[in-house]
Amino acid sequence: MSSTTSTRATAPTDHTVATGVPAHAPRRDDRGRSGGRRIGSHVFLIILAIYFITPLWWLIVAATKSNSGLFTGTGGPLWFDDQFAFFDNIAGLFTHQGGVYWRWFANSFLYAFAGGAGATILAILAGYGFAKYRFRGRGPFFTIVLASVMVPLTALVIPTFMLLSQMGLINTPWAVILPSLLNPFGVYLMRVYAQDAVPDELLEAARIDGAGELRTFAQVALPLLKPAIVTVLLLSVVGTWNNFFLPLAVLTDPELLPVTLGLNRWTALSNAGAGGEQVWNLITTGSFISIIPLILSFLFLQRYWQGGLAIGSVK
Amino acid sequence: MTSNTMEATAASAVRSRRDAPPRPGGGARLVRRRQRWGWLFVAPFAIVFAIFLVLPLGYAFGMSLFTSTLATGTEFTGVANYVKAFTDPLFLEGMLRVLAYAVVMIPAQLLVALVAALVLDTLATRVSKLSRLLIFVPYAIPVVIGALMWSFLYSPRFGPAATIFSMVGLDAPNFLAADSIFGSLVNIVTWQWAGYYMIVIYAALRSIDPTIYEAARIDGANGWQTATRIKLPMISSSMVMVITFALIGTLQFFTEPVVLRSVAQGAIDAAYTPNMYAFSLAFSYSQFNYASAIAFSLGALVFAGSTVFLFLTRKQSGLK
Repeated sequence: MSSTTSTRATAPTDHTVATGVPAHAPRRDDRGRSGGRRIGSHVFLIILAIYFITPLWWLIVAATKSNSGLFTGTGGPLWFDDQFAFFDNIAGLFTHQGGVYWRWFANSFLYAFAGGAGATILAILAGYGFAKYRFRGRGPFFTIVLASVMVPLTALVIPTFMLLSQMGLINTPWAVILPSLLNPFGVYLMRVYAQDAVPDELLEAARIDGAGELRTFAQVALPLLKPAIVTVLLLSVVGTWNNFFLPLAVLTDPELLPVTLGLNRWTALSNAGAGGEQVWNLITTGSFISIIPLILSFLFLQRYWQGGLAIGSVK
Repeated sequence: MTSNTMEATAASAVRSRRDAPPRPGGGARLVRRRQRWGWLFVAPFAIVFAIFLVLPLGYAFGMSLFTSTLATGTEFTGVANYVKAFTDPLFLEGMLRVLAYAVVMIPAQLLVALVAALVLDTLATRVSKLSRLLIFVPYAIPVVIGALMWSFLYSPRFGPAATIFSMVGLDAPNFLAADSIFGSLVNIVTWQWAGYYMIVIYAALRSIDPTIYEAARIDGANGWQTATRIKLPMISSSMVMVITFALIGTLQFFTEPVVLRSVAQGAIDAAYTPNMYAFSLAFSYSQFNYASAIAFSLGALVFAGSTVFLFLTRKQSGLK
């Protein structure tokens, strides 16, 4: 009982500290603001939230319907059917085309995490190097990295495809993972963050204590970079998970597709019309399952990225 | 951004100069040797940067200078592919189309994101926290899945539009017809990205020192004046960043129209955007040389466009 009370008492403080957003408590009580406007603001927000969440609601509902229920359901497109087919649909995902859906799902994980984690590690190292060492050529190279943020990555897909095909990497996981390691914006974020978050005095003290450069980095700097690391990791994972153009160009083997491409392929086949290929219920259920991991990561890592996304834009 | 770096470099140069004098000569050499560690930290990224950015760009440019035909084989044709691209109606129409998308879509996303962030900034209730999260959720949904979901919602066979419009006694419009596909795509992109931009703007708003509002309130500023004369100017650098990203993203428009193409074949052709055109040239027609020229031209135009934009807004962004 007492522990519950104390948790509740400290919770708001934790939240404020964790988001990294300063608490403006006095301003938040809306003094001098009329009740009508407060209600107006809330109504506005709720309408916006409904707009943004409706497609997701539709997907949740659709994932519980059978193939025919999607067209002729009793509840309409935005409400559940009498028949609850969610588990049948999941079973369908295991049997349709030999359960290739789960293969796609695993591929997505592999590409997103190998590519995302790799890009993040490179960004941490480079960002720290740029922020804390004054090596020769630092200024010009960083300027080039910054400029490259404005190079549209899709313009690189066709030449990357040609290079990878010369290396014999087309239709291998490497064709997606290796190009995903490139994240200049992550380097920029990490540098801006490391500049302030890791005080030079602290590094100096570690060196005086006899720590080498690598140890200073791993034990002193790395823990201080945590919010930026989570943010860059999320951004890179989302970037790789989202990438459509690159895998579309470099993968043709159905076994290697990420889940997004696989579902798009099923949709194209279903639209093309052949009766046996119409698997709308599997597409909706498959889409629903495929978005769960990222939504959950964002929910659980909220306190890191909400502050982190502002890095580099706040002066 | 560039001059920002230079400022930072200048500042750090000052700092190291200030640090240097007290050290004995040997110490300075030690410090200089230590700075080489910087390259070791940057090296892994530099290698990836060289292989997957510099090399493909150079390769694309090289490829674009050649033309390959069955009759004559591959021969050097100089800028011929670029002359062809900038007189090719399919490429030019695609370019104009993504510009039109940029003109409509970016203000739409920005307006939603900005108003939502400003409203959220004045509230700290459970409803406001929950709506903030719900508005952001589409960002966590892959673009392909988002576009698939909307293609279902737009579909006259599955979608709720018919039900909703019949409640007010109207026929549902066909969202996937040639004359409405533009708006349908704008809606998908706004839905997907506005929440992300909102979070960035909101975080910038929260970093403003609240004592400024106190001062403004004492001077008699109302909510609207506080928003337009204090908050907006103070978050202009985030706004510039958001617009730059939106601009770069919009000009590369690819995923959403490709996904919608399978349900709206008549409304979206294979050359709907320059990226789609380059893709179909390369992978449907094996015209890799011409496709490289298109991709390189698009890349150069996007780069030039965002650089010009950053230059024009250098005052607002504080990047001078």
